[in-house]
Amino acid sequence: MGDDGEAMILDVDSLAIHYSTRAGAVRAVDGASFAVPEGRIVGLVGESGCGKTTAVRAIMGVLAENGRRAGGRIVFKGQTLDEAATRKLLWRDIAYVPQSAMSSLDPVYTVGAQIVEVLTKRGNAGRAAAWARAAELFDLVGLSESRLSDYPHQFSGGMRQRAAIAMALALKPSLLLADEPVTALDVIVQRQILDMLRELQQRLRLSMVLVTHDISVVAYLCDDVVVMYAGQVIESGPVREVLARPRHPYTMGLRNAFPDLMSDALELVPISGSPPDLADPPPGCRFAPRCPFALAACSTGSVLIARSDHRDHVSACLRDGEADQLRIAALDPATWQRSSSYATS
Amino acid sequence: MAERAEPILPARRSSSLLPLLRRMAAMPLKDPFAFTGLLIYVLFVLVALFADQLAPLDPLEILFTKAGKLAANVPPSLDFPLGTTNLGRDIYAQLVHGTRSALAVGLSAAVIVATVGTVVGLVAGYFGGTADAVLMRIADMALSLPFLPFVIVLTGFLGANTSNIVLAVALLLWPNTARVIRSQVLTLRERAYVEAARVTGASSWRILFVHIAPNILPLSFVYAAIAIGWAIITEASVSFLGFGDSESVSWGYMLQDAFTSQALSRGQYAWFVPPGVCIILVVVAGFFISRGYEEVFMPRLRGR
Amino acid sequence: MAALVELRDVVKHFPVARSLGEVVRGQHPAVRALDGVSFDVGAGDAVAIVGESGCGKTTLGRLMLKLVEPTSGSIGFDGTPLAGLAGDSLRAFRRQAQLVFQNPFDALNPRFTVYRAVAEPLINAGIDQAEHADRVASAFRRVHLPDLERYLDKYPHQLSGGQLQRVVLARALVLAPRFLVADEPVSMLDVSVRAGILALMREVRDAMGLSAVYISHDLALVRYLCERTLVMYLGRVVEDGPTDEIVRRPRHPYTRALVAAVPVPDADQSRQPLPIKGNVPDAREPPSGCSFRDRCPYAMPRCAEETPMLRSIGGHRVACHLD
Repeated sequence: MGDDGEAMILDVDSLAIHYSTRAGAVRAVDGASFAVPEGRIVGLVGESGCGKTTAVRAIMGVLAENGRRAGGRIVFKGQTLDEAATRKLLWRDIAYVPQSAMSSLDPVYTVGAQIVEVLTKRGNAGRAAAWARAAELFDLVGLSESRLSDYPHQFSGGMRQRAAIAMALALKPSLLLADEPVTALDVIVQRQILDMLRELQQRLRLSMVLVTHDISVVAYLCDDVVVMYAGQVIESGPVREVLARPRHPYTMGLRNAFPDLMSDALELVPISGSPPDLADPPPGCRFAPRCPFALAACSTGSVLIARSDHRDHVSACLRDGEADQLRIAALDPATWQRSSSYATS
Repeated sequence: MAERAEPILPARRSSSLLPLLRRMAAMPLKDPFAFTGLLIYVLFVLVALFADQLAPLDPLEILFTKAGKLAANVPPSLDFPLGTTNLGRDIYAQLVHGTRSALAVGLSAAVIVATVGTVVGLVAGYFGGTADAVLMRIADMALSLPFLPFVIVLTGFLGANTSNIVLAVALLLWPNTARVIRSQVLTLRERAYVEAARVTGASSWRILFVHIAPNILPLSFVYAAIAIGWAIITEASVSFLGFGDSESVSWGYMLQDAFTSQALSRGQYAWFVPPGVCIILVVVAGFFISRGYEEVFMPRLRGR
Repeated sequence: MAALVELRDVVKHFPVARSLGEVVRGQHPAVRALDGVSFDVGAGDAVAIVGESGCGKTTLGRLMLKLVEPTSGSIGFDGTPLAGLAGDSLRAFRRQAQLVFQNPFDALNPRFTVYRAVAEPLINAGIDQAEHADRVASAFRRVHLPDLERYLDKYPHQLSGGQLQRVVLARALVLAPRFLVADEPVSMLDVSVRAGILALMREVRDAMGLSAVYISHDLALVRYLCERTLVMYLGRVVEDGPTDEIVRRPRHPYTRALVAAVPVPDADQSRQPLPIKGNVPDAREPPSGCSFRDRCPYAMPRCAEETPMLRSIGGHRVACHLD
């Protein structure tokens, strides 16, 4: 748990989620630990297949049929969550906005009616009170009250996202889990939604986990960041720290590969290779095959981030002590063009 | 990623059909229903092919007992495995030879329905515009006709023989196939790889036959399988009502014959139960097979 | 230097299904996807067309490749108007102008092997079978897909997104075109893969002397590929200039808002409110005069009356009544 009295609203410890498929068990999340301090926005960032969506769905208890928790603990407000308990918390204290807003909005009912249904069925409110609250929620997310009687298809992409967020906030949750909420939106609308989320966090003292693949979005909105790769957390800490002084080679590589509108650099440096097959992940550090700094030891021992203090900037790299030197080398594109000399595959 | 100097390679074209054919061959082994269906079909096809050997007696030949009397309504015995009709004809022979008639009707109707339906669907779906409007209006008209009455009326005009029945069935069944194929084509037309084919200079006909048709043919196959069942039932119904072909022996004809000679009240189950069961088996077999192949051709239906 | 591709006053309207009232009143509502676009692409140029959804950039790309016909206006390639092309001349054009798609998973026929997919343009162009293997191999080499034998029998679903996009690029290059339109070629790829594809596109462009138009909503990515950028809004070009200028000294109010809205990987970036109001208006009924005026913080009465034309200010064109 965090020190000096800062409470962790969510504490995920060594979470493991496996999917059973015809190809065997896919270890989508394999030992991920991170914590969300109360009232802060944590960005969960990584590329496709890194396990970030799976982790969040596990927290919500909405895994696909062939997924199951294979280990670890999820602690919310001091209580351990098991499968049945999470479902009870659904829509009450933890709210989830899934990746596509359309999937949380039923196309055959008006948006107002859907919010009212949530409030009356799950929130025990009376109908009149529910409609009033729905209007309040729309106001909170910047939508006009008159749109309550519209159907989802009558909303633009950005407005649908706002509506989905309004619905998620209906029962006054303490934690909001948002999966790629702005990915499909145009950049100006994206900025408006991000600003709205920041405002919500401040007004409602909402804690948030924002899942995204876009580190620029994380830099804009989040207070802390958790970087995932191949089902594991490989770096976490305050966003300013992690972005300015990354300590894990993957994060360093990601920084190089990410375009920065304002930087002078005209070079984007790719990370060669591709993420491992999670049905049969490599032993030891999963990034080692692509890592320019890998040592032989990286492919043997298992390096995981243990439960960390959110304020600490931690990295799951064996060579963490040399992070500063590695970082300097990582800035040179030539480093990434050489393949790792100790690559296992 | 290091480059390597490549030797000049012989032109190799990999068939896109092979994995599909393999899946098609493997499917019955996985789906017990389809396997049963296939077995039934195979059985009937064998019976039809070897009908002469299996039932040497002529189905329409009137038979006499050793005593010279008409061998009418003889109960099932070694000589006559299913007995005889009230006119002295061997029921077993009729059943076996009837298989040929049934399969002929079913398969020819299926082929016509699949071909016409697919071609119409492809043209209407891909080219759109006037062609689409005209073809679909014709299809609508065909769909609005009541099934059995139309078949009866048509055979009344053209003559009550098997080919006319097949024609009538085909005329009524092609619109369903055409519509489904057309809607598939409409979806496929928008796919990026079709646009890619246009950009790389493919002509419309080429796109139709090389890119779109292969993705459509499985659907045609499914509808053809359904058409077999429909055609056989229609022929049986028409024959049962007495409008069928009196020259050939079909299962429907047997049912009609049995009915008009009051076989039920005589308890002569061996006469009308076998043809009824055969009709059911063939139709159900067709359904099982089409259902099984649905999963092969449209993999989204496959469970994880 | 004569332009390779020339667009003059290109307009594209898509008719919209009419309500009974509109039919009765004789109205023909349409979505004005492009409302008078003119620009040139010179040989060897790399031009980015940037804008948000609904601005018409995708339609523009399709028009330049004659996949869609303009409602009015003209498009010329190498001095020949596209409108007159048919049969052989059209086929000749298709050999010279190609498209790279957004979704690599959809851009390839799932039933064809990767080899067959790349050979397709050669078949369509009537190139002799004997030459196919060589040219396909050469295209694969260009996109850095090593071990051609490995890919010969592979189907699209067996390859990763990055590999697929390389195949799509190989297919576009196999006929050695002069002009390439890339429609969001990396937006569906993972971040660490994007950089590789972008670097490849730059390399290929330089090696083959291609002219390229790169369509994207992502201003940050466009900097790495294109020296020149056109910004579009509701079917019109609002700004056209060197990419660096557009990003550092945007002149049109929309461009300013766009640039300000792009987040960067810096925790200390500006979080000032954007200099823009409201939402994108309905494309069927854009505002009179300047289509941006109802969102513009600097709107003047003149903006409602007169549609601003693109004016040149030293190699940089802007469509605005300001300054």
